[in-house]
Amino acid sequence: MKWPATSYRRASSLGDVWQAFAEGGAGVQLLAGGQTLLATLAFRLSEPALLLDITRIPTLRGIALHGGALRIGALTTHAGLGRDPLVARHAPLLAQAVPLIAHPAIRNRGTIGGSLANADPAAELPACAVALEATLVLASAQGERRVPAGEFFTGLLSTALRPGELILAVEVPIGRGGSITEIARRSGDYAMCGLALVGARPVFFGVGDGPVLARGAGAALARGDVEAACAALDTDLDPPTDMHGPPAMKRHLARVLLRRAAAPRQEQAA
Amino acid sequence: MNEITIGLSREDLPNSYIGRSVPRPSVAKLVEGRATYTDDVALPRTLHAAFLRSPHAHARFTVRDTEAALRVPGVVRVFTGHDLAALCTPWVATLEHLKGMKSAPQRPLPLDRATWQGEAVVAVLADTRAAAEDGALALDVEWEALPAQTDMETALKPGAVVIHPELGDNLAFRRTATHGDVDAAFATAHRVVEARFVTGRHTGVTLEGRSILADFNRADGTLTVHHATQAPHMIQEVLAQHLGLPAGKVRVVCKDVGGSFGIKVHVYPDEMAVAAMSVALARPVKFVADRFESFSSDIHARDHRILARIAVAEDGTIIGFDVDDLTGIGPYSVYPRTSAVEGNQVVNLCGGPYRFEHYRCTTTVVLQNKAATCQYRAVGHPIATAVTEGLVDLAAEALGMDPLELRRRNLIADDAYPTTSPAGMRFEGLSHHASLDKLLSMVPLDRIRADQAEARARGVFRGLGFASFIELTNPSPFMYGIGGARISAQDGCTVRMDPDGSVVAASGVTEQGQGTEAILAQIVAHGVGVSVGKVRVVTGDTLATPYGGGTWACRGAGIGGEAALQGALALKAQILEVAGAMLQARPEALDVVMGEVVDRATGTPRMPLGELGRILYFRGDTLPKDLPRELVQTRHYITKEYPFAFTNGIQASWVEVDTDTGMVTLLEHWCVEDCGRIINPLLVDEQVKGGIVQGIGGALYEHCLYDEQGNLLTTTMADYLVPMAAEMPEMHVGHVETPTRESLLGAKGAGEAGTAGAPAAVMNAINDALRPLGARVTEQPFTPARILAALGRI
Repeated sequence: MKWPATSYRRASSLGDVWQAFAEGGAGVQLLAGGQTLLATLAFRLSEPALLLDITRIPTLRGIALHGGALRIGALTTHAGLGRDPLVARHAPLLAQAVPLIAHPAIRNRGTIGGSLANADPAAELPACAVALEATLVLASAQGERRVPAGEFFTGLLSTALRPGELILAVEVPIGRGGSITEIARRSGDYAMCGLALVGARPVFFGVGDGPVLARGAGAALARGDVEAACAALDTDLDPPTDMHGPPAMKRHLARVLLRRAAAPRQEQAA
Repeated sequence: MNEITIGLSREDLPNSYIGRSVPRPSVAKLVEGRATYTDDVALPRTLHAAFLRSPHAHARFTVRDTEAALRVPGVVRVFTGHDLAALCTPWVATLEHLKGMKSAPQRPLPLDRATWQGEAVVAVLADTRAAAEDGALALDVEWEALPAQTDMETALKPGAVVIHPELGDNLAFRRTATHGDVDAAFATAHRVVEARFVTGRHTGVTLEGRSILADFNRADGTLTVHHATQAPHMIQEVLAQHLGLPAGKVRVVCKDVGGSFGIKVHVYPDEMAVAAMSVALARPVKFVADRFESFSSDIHARDHRILARIAVAEDGTIIGFDVDDLTGIGPYSVYPRTSAVEGNQVVNLCGGPYRFEHYRCTTTVVLQNKAATCQYRAVGHPIATAVTEGLVDLAAEALGMDPLELRRRNLIADDAYPTTSPAGMRFEGLSHHASLDKLLSMVPLDRIRADQAEARARGVFRGLGFASFIELTNPSPFMYGIGGARISAQDGCTVRMDPDGSVVAASGVTEQGQGTEAILAQIVAHGVGVSVGKVRVVTGDTLATPYGGGTWACRGAGIGGEAALQGALALKAQILEVAGAMLQARPEALDVVMGEVVDRATGTPRMPLGELGRILYFRGDTLPKDLPRELVQTRHYITKEYPFAFTNGIQASWVEVDTDTGMVTLLEHWCVEDCGRIINPLLVDEQVKGGIVQGIGGALYEHCLYDEQGNLLTTTMADYLVPMAAEMPEMHVGHVETPTRESLLGAKGAGEAGTAGAPAAVMNAINDALRPLGARVTEQPFTPARILAALGRI
């Protein structure tokens, strides 16, 4: 299919964005990497009146240490995340996640802000943000506000972003470590099940309507009881059936991932 | 034999190209973006078609209003099924030799009832495709959803939705082949092993979508159709017949075609609509299927459920096969090749590599409210091979016998030919044992079995699987022609020399990216005696090439290649006659080598072909008056002795199964195949490897998934999983060459061997890995969910 007729404008500052929102309201769709958005246009799943290109806004770029956190500009591409030395040092989980995100061509254009705003339940970065207890810095014409990642994702493809608001940056507490693993049919596919684990915070993706913090499993992990953590997933997770299999398969895969992530040595011996 | 008569030995002459890996001349054009696909053809005043497609698997519809669509800027016309009914006659896709086959009349657009989700129901023409889509969205169509018949298992049961009431039921075709006495033999056999196999409905996913640009010129009454097709002459016949035009007034042109795999050898109703609309408006009309349309309206294939048994003696001798195949083909049999052929092939091919006495195989072909299925790469072969080789492995397991040993005992002996299979297939010459031996010289069996045992001790499950197969190539009129379809089994090639000594070969077979034109150039260069760079090949134009069948069922090399060779040799003889007159030598004493006439005995150069051409074309006054001047020769070729030239081969797959996740890692893959004379080893290996990948796709990934209401769930490349490079194994290809004696060239088909055997090899490898755990999978694709279920993990 062809795109619907749509206007395009390039913003060079946040002021341009606020003005466009003021004029166009809900008809304005921000365009960053476009890796999901452009496909939805081609399916005519979305018909924005205006595509507002925000990729030339300098304040949305850059990665820097900022008050004990790593501040990652919303326009940071997945590829940029993967090769940044500060990310590798202070938020290695994000660097680990990058090779799991789609394919190189998509990683070269797709952005962290876009991935978080899109809130695909099978995406890696939302789960990482929740596991790392990151904070999203949001901005609108009215000013900035900060939302913990755990409160940002509100349901299937939906977030706490308000009309007229965008993601400026993500702030990640430094030194958290963690690991990310996933099971996908082919490399680069959305995961059938994935796990971002930071300490005793297991956050699953691909098994719900967004990143799922498995609280019962986390409590068991805090006690060092991996088997109890796996058992807790029966109540922590309520996965939907999808084309890859039934809920029972997703729960099973979640247990496999948790066991492997929490007790890698034990798994090797088995 | 052939070596002596035409110098087909590999290295004896600089222009001995047959058997040599010559790079495809078209590659640079393709990678530089200078190909001419149908969508690249731009004609003045072209209208672009978009179709409103049925959102329901089965529904009545009424087109209530088209005014809003016509008011969309750029929209020119709207055509309904009723509008097109006056322009294009309906077709019924049956073949007379498929006894009892039935299907319903199909039109370019249905009149009032859609029978699968994705069926085009209304066409909108506009100045651009985008405007046409806007117009289609503005159409007011009222839908009345009807119950859909989606499950093939219930298609013939009481209470089934009879999709075409005038047919009485949903049975399109049924055939049983029997040989010997299956019931008695199975009753007394030492062991009978049975299994239920399922092959997943999948599709071809060509890089270039289906494309057509139809241009009716009212001034001279000609219809020129640029078309992404494998069979331009067949399309010419179909268009002429159903649009009421003389075939001679219809020209079908296919320049570059971006992949086909059988997808582009069929008549699609939306494409017929495009041609009809062009005739109606006397304007060019273009349609290019997008990916979404491709998934829901390209042909699907392989939607089979098979219950099968094998009977074996105590010593491992195969006594017989008993197979019950059921397949759902969508709401209509596809024109003009029919959708009964895949099931028919299963009947023809099960047990194919083996010698046994008792055979019974039934295929039951039923209608359903899903996209139509039809011939896709290796038609029926992957199904028959999975059933046969799955049963052979199960029998080996039941007998406690090495599966290779069981194969060795039962494969038809290499000196047993000619022979006829219990299914009635006649084999001219196959090489199962030589192929198995060759395979075992490539597969490090001892290392693999040691690795497997060591890995199992660590809880890592690896498996090695084998699959012998036969493949039907070089089809004669027995495939379609005897059934009444105007599909040529014969092909021709015109070879001419121009004044500069360059050679042009026009062939009826076609190129879709596999290198048909490359091998034709090699054959012609070899046959005439010029460098391959001096040969230009013309294909894909019904006005410019000899009449032929095109490229399908593995016939490009075996049929088109032989016509090219004969044409080239005839041209060479003609050149030598002219050269003899010019050089006052006997033609038999001369030869053509690398573009020069030489003394046959000494190789001494006598005259470049460019000089011969100059004299012949520009100074013909200097030549004897009675000298024939035609430096152009046409030859046609058709197989006559055998209905098909069968090939054979064997594959092996080495995999690791993660028994926690159900994921399969393909470690290594081997294939030995015998396609007769190899014209270009590089291209044959590419064909085999590409075929293996496509077979692996069916085994592990590809699946057109429908819900119970007949909604297609896999409509994007994110949902429909094609095999991708990262997951593919290292592949090794070996060859045995048993040339067919039907032709001088001796070539058989090579394009489908990989696809025929790969799914069975992968299945047997997975089951070899799972055997210690008592688990087994026989339902393709072998997804993590199915493997975990077989393991009892979920």
